[in-house]
Amino acid sequence: MQNTTTSSYQRVYVWEFPVRLYHWVNAITVTILIVTGYVIGNPTTITYGNEAYQQYWFGTVRFLHFVSAFIFFFNFLVRIYWGFVGNKFAKWHNFIPLKKDQWREMVEILKVDILQTKMRGRISLGHNALAGLIYFLTFIVFLFQCITGFAMYSSMSSSPLPQLFNWVVPLMGGDFAVRQWHHMFMWFFIVFIIIHVYLVFYHDYVEGRGTTSSMVGGWKFTRKD
Amino acid sequence: MAENLTIWQTMQAKGHSRREFLKFCSFAAALAGIGSAGFPRVLRAFEKEPRPPVIWLHFQECTCCSESFIRSSHPIVADVVFDYLSLDYTETLQAAAGFQAEQCMEDTMKKFAGKYILLVEGSIPLEDDGIYCTIAGKSAVDILRETAKNAAAVIAWGSCASNGCIQGAAPNPTGATPVHDILSQPVINVPGCPPIAEVMTAVVTHILVFGKIPELDSQGRPREFYSRRVHDTCYRRPTYDAGLFVESWDDENARKGYCLYKMGCRGPVTYNACAVTRWNEGTSYPIQSGHGCLGCSENGFWDNGPFYRHLASFPGFGIETTADTIGTVVGVAAAVGVTAHAITTNIRKRKLIAEEIQNSVPESGDVEGGEE
Repeated sequence: MQNTTTSSYQRVYVWEFPVRLYHWVNAITVTILIVTGYVIGNPTTITYGNEAYQQYWFGTVRFLHFVSAFIFFFNFLVRIYWGFVGNKFAKWHNFIPLKKDQWREMVEILKVDILQTKMRGRISLGHNALAGLIYFLTFIVFLFQCITGFAMYSSMSSSPLPQLFNWVVPLMGGDFAVRQWHHMFMWFFIVFIIIHVYLVFYHDYVEGRGTTSSMVGGWKFTRKD
Repeated sequence: MAENLTIWQTMQAKGHSRREFLKFCSFAAALAGIGSAGFPRVLRAFEKEPRPPVIWLHFQECTCCSESFIRSSHPIVADVVFDYLSLDYTETLQAAAGFQAEQCMEDTMKKFAGKYILLVEGSIPLEDDGIYCTIAGKSAVDILRETAKNAAAVIAWGSCASNGCIQGAAPNPTGATPVHDILSQPVINVPGCPPIAEVMTAVVTHILVFGKIPELDSQGRPREFYSRRVHDTCYRRPTYDAGLFVESWDDENARKGYCLYKMGCRGPVTYNACAVTRWNEGTSYPIQSGHGCLGCSENGFWDNGPFYRHLASFPGFGIETTADTIGTVVGVAAAVGVTAHAITTNIRKRKLIAEEIQNSVPESGDVEGGEE
């Protein structure tokens, strides 16, 4: 077998440790939040005691939801901070398409990867422009879930953080509406996870640059030439 | 119109003893959440302050607020409740009618300008210049603006006046509007369909004793009664935390008195004092009677349906469709979409993939820059 066309690749440290940590803390907390959130919305009666005082599983599910929510929130704040001090792949401008080139790249990605009318295109090392924009939308949803979640939590908490959000309840027309919206956006996360995980595997499969493992070790590969 | 007497004077006139008067004062104090240290203050107010003149307006409503109010059990006696305030104008209960009644209202407004309390029951229609509710040839909105101008305090009785209730529910043909959206001055919202009688009297007591409106929350409701959710004060709350739920109205769990959360109980999203004060002389409240809370004191509770389901219908998709139904469809669509994309990728990009495999380093070959 001829070996002449083999390209040589270079290792590039793309995802710094705080970015990777953020990613996995996020993955774990979001998963817990979805599962517990769904159970809180549609509980089944589980009876293992004769009296209410003998069991507390639903209370525990809610507790897990609240704890995960706090971790999720602070993790999110850390990521925003890292968007200003991290390396060029982590910087905030990856997520907001302010440059014409970012829009051009998005069109290219739509053609190459989604519609597949074009076979080859540029391969970004960090986030591609379309992914960046989608992540920006998820950040807005993160924020929305934090605000609505804390707003609902504020009536049963005396800690100052949730109290910052109690103005949301009258604004949205009462706790019922807040809960409804909070619940609806859970589905955004579910759909996001399906597509996100698929696309990671897709890029890894087609491009072979170590997209999947990069979120563990931080390294990706780029052609030397 | 008689000079405004104090509560003590009216009670004396009715033949009540000093002892009965003091009992009445302590009931009123306890109700308004005033501790024993504040009792002298209540006593002084009831003994010395003339009863506040009251104008009670009725607009688009069902009179259930009035019905509730006259059933107030603490302070007890029905006639004391009426002597408690100087009810100068109220369509439902006054003896006067026609011009005489309207005269009464005008007199009160003139004579006690800046002193009278304005109670509003019912929503105000604004559509088509407010013609859907007129009294004595004047539209509700005009009457409200006129009477509110010189009122010492404005109280919106019930959900109609504080959030529109059923008149304000979609499609709201009359443009029913709550009081606080019309007036620029502070309005005390006492929502509920109807509000709890004791809460109503307590709000009035507060104004009478302290001469100012009670502390209000961000939605204009008195904190004393609307700062806690029905859910958090519900006696069935332990079964909620334990995960013991009623699954259908006639199941064993319903007989055991488990939590009605899955039956659409609005307790977790409703701020009211039902579970604490209860209704009809503290006899019961909906959940205690085996029926979930409908959330009658919350904004737009008629539109947050269906009542007997935890999740509301998703707007535009019919009554049986919830956010979960839509979410499941979208989720499945996403899963199908990525599967289709994966298959397409292998077909359309097969050349590219084959090429890459061709170009990859053979098993035995050296990896450039490799360590092994």
